[in-house]
Amino acid sequence: MRGTRFTATAVGVLATMTLVAACSSSSGGGGGSGKGATLTYWASNQGTSLDNDKQVLAPELAKFTKQTGIKVNLKVVPWSDLLNNILTATTSGKGPDVLNIGNTWSASLQATGAFVPFDDSVMNQIGGKGRFLAGSLSATGAAGQAPTAVPIYSLAYGLYYNKKYFAAAGISQPPTTWTEFVADAKKVTTPQHWGLSVEGGSVSENIHNVFTFSQQEGGAFFDSAGKPTFDTPQNVAAIKRYLDFIRTDKITNPSNAEYAQGTEALADFAKGKSAMVLWQAASGSLAQLGMNAADIGVAPMPLPDPTPAGGKKVTSMVAGINLAVFKTTKHMDAALKFVKFMTSTPEQKVLNKTYGSLPSVQDAYSDPAFKTPAVDTFKSILSTSAAPLPAVASESQFETLIGTAVKNMLADAASGKSVSDADISSQLKAAQQQLN
Amino acid sequence: MVDLDTRVRPESPSPTTAPATRRRPRRQLLPYLLLIPAVVLELLIHIVPMLVGIFISFLHLTQFYIANWRQAPAAGLSNYRYALDFNQAAGKELLHSFLITLVFTVVVLAVSWALGMAAAVFLQRPFPGRAIIRTIFLIPYALPVFASVITWNFMLQRDNGVVNHVLVDQLHLVGGDRPFWLIGPNSFYSLVIVEVWRTWPFAFLMLTAGMQSISQDLYEAAGLDGAGVWAQFRGITLPMLRPVNRVLLLVLFLWTFNDFTTPYTLFGRGAPRQADLISMHIYQNSFVTWNFGTGSAMSVLLLLFLLVITGGYLRIANRGAQDA
Repeated sequence: MRGTRFTATAVGVLATMTLVAACSSSSGGGGGSGKGATLTYWASNQGTSLDNDKQVLAPELAKFTKQTGIKVNLKVVPWSDLLNNILTATTSGKGPDVLNIGNTWSASLQATGAFVPFDDSVMNQIGGKGRFLAGSLSATGAAGQAPTAVPIYSLAYGLYYNKKYFAAAGISQPPTTWTEFVADAKKVTTPQHWGLSVEGGSVSENIHNVFTFSQQEGGAFFDSAGKPTFDTPQNVAAIKRYLDFIRTDKITNPSNAEYAQGTEALADFAKGKSAMVLWQAASGSLAQLGMNAADIGVAPMPLPDPTPAGGKKVTSMVAGINLAVFKTTKHMDAALKFVKFMTSTPEQKVLNKTYGSLPSVQDAYSDPAFKTPAVDTFKSILSTSAAPLPAVASESQFETLIGTAVKNMLADAASGKSVSDADISSQLKAAQQQLN
Repeated sequence: MVDLDTRVRPESPSPTTAPATRRRPRRQLLPYLLLIPAVVLELLIHIVPMLVGIFISFLHLTQFYIANWRQAPAAGLSNYRYALDFNQAAGKELLHSFLITLVFTVVVLAVSWALGMAAAVFLQRPFPGRAIIRTIFLIPYALPVFASVITWNFMLQRDNGVVNHVLVDQLHLVGGDRPFWLIGPNSFYSLVIVEVWRTWPFAFLMLTAGMQSISQDLYEAAGLDGAGVWAQFRGITLPMLRPVNRVLLLVLFLWTFNDFTTPYTLFGRGAPRQADLISMHIYQNSFVTWNFGTGSAMSVLLLLFLLVITGGYLRIANRGAQDA
């Protein structure tokens, strides 16, 4: 038989999950020392490929098993599947014991009640709240509730630029305003390479960029009461800036609108097909992709000049990966031991060094590997000019709805269709109507 | 099969001898017993999930309840009102997606059937190499859908795809900018082409099988009466294939209308608006925005629509068959 008979499947999936859930009246709770237990761990894709992640994590997991006698069954889940898999696991009650989540989903997933809350007593079991960076801890759940995850990798967006191309074009400093940025990007757009590459087909890259641009314009997607405010002039301006890279500035290859794998824009930068890219800390990936370290420059994302009314000095979202424990785990003690291990200072040093991300615990920064100019840049972005995405329960829907709308508008812009401000506004309005 | 059929037919004349009458109930029971596993599985795999889906469509099932969805509050008809309010964005998008799907289905059905029929007629008479050509025609149907559609995705990419390489770089058929095939207005045509490519071999296979049962004598007799190829096709092939076509068109319609794997593999999670098939649309509404209530309501509406179409079609087709 061919194809997926969707009507049956959509409801079928749910029903099967129910049956599975009904059959597995799981009993959580402790299990002694956890020795001899086997944990299932879903890792997110942090390296250049799923296999690369396995290679990075395998020796660390072996260390954990050696220390505690607890085995860890590792599964690396690609970003495109992770949220769906978590939802399925939540519905069925058959999930991993420990898993990585994108930190922006924290509040949404907290609302499902599927994860173990890290209240003070649980926090103490893993070494206490004080060890973590305050900024990263701000993206672990809604304000006023016990977080349901702890940060493991901290990240921020920066402007990566190719020093060689900049020098060839006679540019000595990275741009600090968008006006400078566009002027520089035009100078480094040549028949051989483009000024800027973007992951235009990726829902999450789109929403992250548009969120930062909107903050700079003084915009917000939710008001202080948590009510959505998608269709505002500031948000329109933010999306317009993004579309203009392709439309009017002509510094981005229109083909970038097809890039949806989450790696293509960075690969273009690494291979010299583009001179700049707005990306999360990626020194590890750039090295793997074979880019010469001497050519890589990194600076904070530019800001509008003059600052619009209400505009904030935000150059990045608080990005990062959190570690959560499923409530249905049968090995609570072992799971918490694993969380403690993964967030321990030595592991934080090893893992963040390999992935090019920033440690989420203070003590790890004593390592000389985190005293480079690039790390300093990102650390200062995280502590001075990064804003967390809205910590509301409908956050993941917001990401999907706006990210998809931007993806479609970018596709229109790339194929030469005009997208007016009124069009952007009506897309935002339509997205808000679908949020419920 | 035929044997079993006649034996269990209730109106079949029963033997009048006493021992035979005593044996009759046991004989009649066996076929039903044999059917039980199939019925149970059918219930479990199709009917129960459908009922659960209908039930969910009356719930407010969002992320707050998925961990324990039996506690989700009742929504009454609000999910249906939401889906069918064509003045609001969600309803408008659903209608848009429905119309796109309808056009898509009709085009794919017409082209696939025409191609399948043409190929079947072309290969009806034996000639050297016929088996090889038949095999080649069937390849798209035999390939795993993911492998073949991902290949299409590579081929249709704007900068590095072979389609643009041939159209733009070698044949210079397209002036100006390189066209996009996976986003924007052309994505609809890309989807139609890939779907036809995957679907027509099945039409070809079914029609070829149907033609095996048409006696060669008919064509010979018609030939003697002076009927040309076209007249033979209209007078013999088409009428003799009517039972095959009746099933074929219905099955192709349902498959194409509901197809999810092809657009999902070709475009990823968010299909371009111009190629936003209804199955993808419902997927977005339930799994991506975590609103399983509205997703289920849309699924139920789709189910109702397909039931009406299927029922109406079978009624008309059967009436046609009785008249003939």
